[in-house]
Amino acid sequence: MIILTALVYVLPTFYADCWPHKKINLGLDLQGGMHLVLEVQNEKAVETTVERTVHELKQELRKKELKHLGISRNSNNTITATLSGDKNIDGFTAIVAENFDTLEIVSTVTVTQGKNIVLQLPAKEAENIKRMATEQALETIRNRIDEFGVSEPDIRLQGDKRIQIQLPGITDTQRAKDLIGKTAQLSFQLVDETGDIASAAKGTPPPGSVLLYQMKEDNRTGQVTKVPFLIKKQVLLDGGSLTDARVMIDSQFNEPYVGIEFDRKGARIFERITGENIKKRLAIVLDKTVYSAPVIQDRIAGGKARITGNFNTEEARDLAIILRAGALPAPVKIIEERTVGPTLGADSIRMGIMSMLVGGLLVILFMMMYYKGAGLIADIALVVNILLIGGGLAAFQATLTLPGIAGIILTIGMAVDANVIIFERIREELASGKTAAASVNAGFSRAALTILDANVTTLIVAVVLFQFGTGPVKGFAVTLGLGILASLFTALVLSKSIFDMTLSGKKTPTLSI
Amino acid sequence: MQFIKPGTTIDFIGKRKLGFSFSLALVIISLISLVIHQGPNYGIDFAGGTLVQVKFDKTAVTQDIRSGLDQMGIANSSVQIFGKPENNEFLIRTSIPDMTNQGFTQAITQALENVTGSTPEIRRVEMVGPQVGKDLRKQALLAMFYSLLFITIYISGRFEMKWVLSGVTAGALMTAVYFLSIFNMSMPILITAALVVTLALFWYLELKYAMGAIVALIHDVFITVGLFSILDYEFSLPIIAALLTIIGYSLNDTIIVFDRIRENNIQSRKLTLMEIINKSINETLSRTILTSLTTLVVLFSLLFLGGEIIHNFAFAMIAGVVIGTYSSVFVASPIVLLTDKKNR
Repeated sequence: MIILTALVYVLPTFYADCWPHKKINLGLDLQGGMHLVLEVQNEKAVETTVERTVHELKQELRKKELKHLGISRNSNNTITATLSGDKNIDGFTAIVAENFDTLEIVSTVTVTQGKNIVLQLPAKEAENIKRMATEQALETIRNRIDEFGVSEPDIRLQGDKRIQIQLPGITDTQRAKDLIGKTAQLSFQLVDETGDIASAAKGTPPPGSVLLYQMKEDNRTGQVTKVPFLIKKQVLLDGGSLTDARVMIDSQFNEPYVGIEFDRKGARIFERITGENIKKRLAIVLDKTVYSAPVIQDRIAGGKARITGNFNTEEARDLAIILRAGALPAPVKIIEERTVGPTLGADSIRMGIMSMLVGGLLVILFMMMYYKGAGLIADIALVVNILLIGGGLAAFQATLTLPGIAGIILTIGMAVDANVIIFERIREELASGKTAAASVNAGFSRAALTILDANVTTLIVAVVLFQFGTGPVKGFAVTLGLGILASLFTALVLSKSIFDMTLSGKKTPTLSI
Repeated sequence: MQFIKPGTTIDFIGKRKLGFSFSLALVIISLISLVIHQGPNYGIDFAGGTLVQVKFDKTAVTQDIRSGLDQMGIANSSVQIFGKPENNEFLIRTSIPDMTNQGFTQAITQALENVTGSTPEIRRVEMVGPQVGKDLRKQALLAMFYSLLFITIYISGRFEMKWVLSGVTAGALMTAVYFLSIFNMSMPILITAALVVTLALFWYLELKYAMGAIVALIHDVFITVGLFSILDYEFSLPIIAALLTIIGYSLNDTIIVFDRIRENNIQSRKLTLMEIINKSINETLSRTILTSLTTLVVLFSLLFLGGEIIHNFAFAMIAGVVIGTYSSVFVASPIVLLTDKKNR
């Protein structure tokens, strides 16, 4: 009966190899790939929101024809508005109460010019914005990776502002990192053609403009030159209005570019700005870098534009993916990276299996020499044990890592321990003059408790490791835990039944131990 | 076949002073090494930094690689041969964490190709930011703490049949640690404090088996850590896993002896505790040695054939198993005797 159960346990292991969906997963350290942990700098999202609120407040005031002496964001994400005259002040508070109900007025202080009203975003609201930013970043990154085409990516939140990304089998890690890490804030801004670039480069750009650069790469030498541009701060249109971005090939120069399409509102705005600024230069800025700054020749209707820049097809394709997936709500920073090349992974598997075979064989030989017939039983139990671990890994869809292989190897050494404890006990019982059958029974029943006790402690460690460990270490915890459970089963149930079988057939059984 | 003949009687307990002096010497040497090296040598997992494993198709010299890195602006990096010299594999380490962002792979490939004249293959890149390193260090220590805690509960509950008492002890410990952590105490201090409190409690409550087991555990882990410090090996996440496994595994032998002490205690009431312990160690000696031996066989196979990445892990395990086997005979059992009130 027990052997049958054992067989039932073992059988799925053999089938597991046949079914692809139940194959043992290999960890990144064995199959190669990239593990990244990103930190979403979501406090930047709060800053952006406050910045936008300041802009909207000004617009509302202008609409209601009220005057203010300055509204600005403070470094602690509060807003200070300076107003004078009862009409303006009352109008302002009315606007805040009506249109900006998430803001609360912290203090009103009388100053020489009038009154300073300090507004703040409640902590709960700020937390909300941060959480949304992280979630949106996760979604955006997932979209980008899906479009990039990686098989079986694993993307998940880790804590409240970290994103863990696992890309198995990826080889062009730099490209993947560029694709994932770009904020992709796209904006259309006018070039300030009257300002003095030289003085701006010294750190004093004219008010309302910033100094940004265009990266120009020489196709032959690969030399990168930075071309400075004075860009007006006002954003005329941003990436939020995009509906599509595709790689196109310029028929004239045979160069790839990214064709973008705006939604209806965006198309209207684009038509207006191009119409109003003919013969001026419009800069296309992505993450504070100027991609191109063409001179507007005519009003552009229809909501289509193109981003050129000297990129190759691959770069153009990645840019299109990023633009389609949308911008990250806040910049991200790579805070952990682990990349393993495919050849190293293959080497690790080869060496892992090699040491497993050699170690296993040595143990098997030793047991046969030391315990003869009983040793053979222990060896059978050992082989079944390894099969059980494999089956367990497949059944639980656990991941096999390099430390995981080490865990299996360790289990080989530990699995026979249980048998050693039992056999030594049986030898003691035999020496005290008991018959073979009685000795076997006494040996198993007395050793069982000891074996349980001894293995529980290692099992505790495996559970703790599983709880606290990450990646490869978790893989070790899994194989160690499975190995202990399997060895308890094989030693206490399987070995016992083999003993019983060999002893039951004979009238005066002898024991080879 | 038999290594240890039945009826062997070696006076282990009589030689306990020798064992204690030896252990004390090892502990002191470990402590001195740790003080000299200013704590354990944390690898990039815990200290933060960048590690690159490169393989060249032709012979390359460490000096060239270093000059290439200097040109890249990564001074203060350590370059060492990884594995067998004929493999032309090198490990580059630097404490600068977040430099893998901008075109790093191309840049380093280019720089190394320029100085060595052979194409490098970047086989492994690991970058851990300082915050992540700090988090991992905390997690590792927490894992150690919880393993010790749960094992303590199990041992004292199982061997003394005092589940309630051990549960209360554990509860008190966890509360104490929680309160201390509010005051931002550093983790090593917390754990040391927790251990001291545990040992004091065991001594006071005369939980002799638990005392013996825990002292042996601390002994094993501390000396293994000390050995790593002496050899200047790095602590990485897998090494922590090895240390925890040692905690679990080194107890196996101890428990086998303890189980026998308990059994003999019931059967032969005329003998003194000292005689019982001696008898039990001798009776279980062959399995103590055999179980460790089979484990050591596979671990040595892992050490020699498992490759460079797993090398230190195997080394830590081997050290732990050897020390653990020794301590189950020469540390854990004599401590049981010492904690027993009649022998104080």
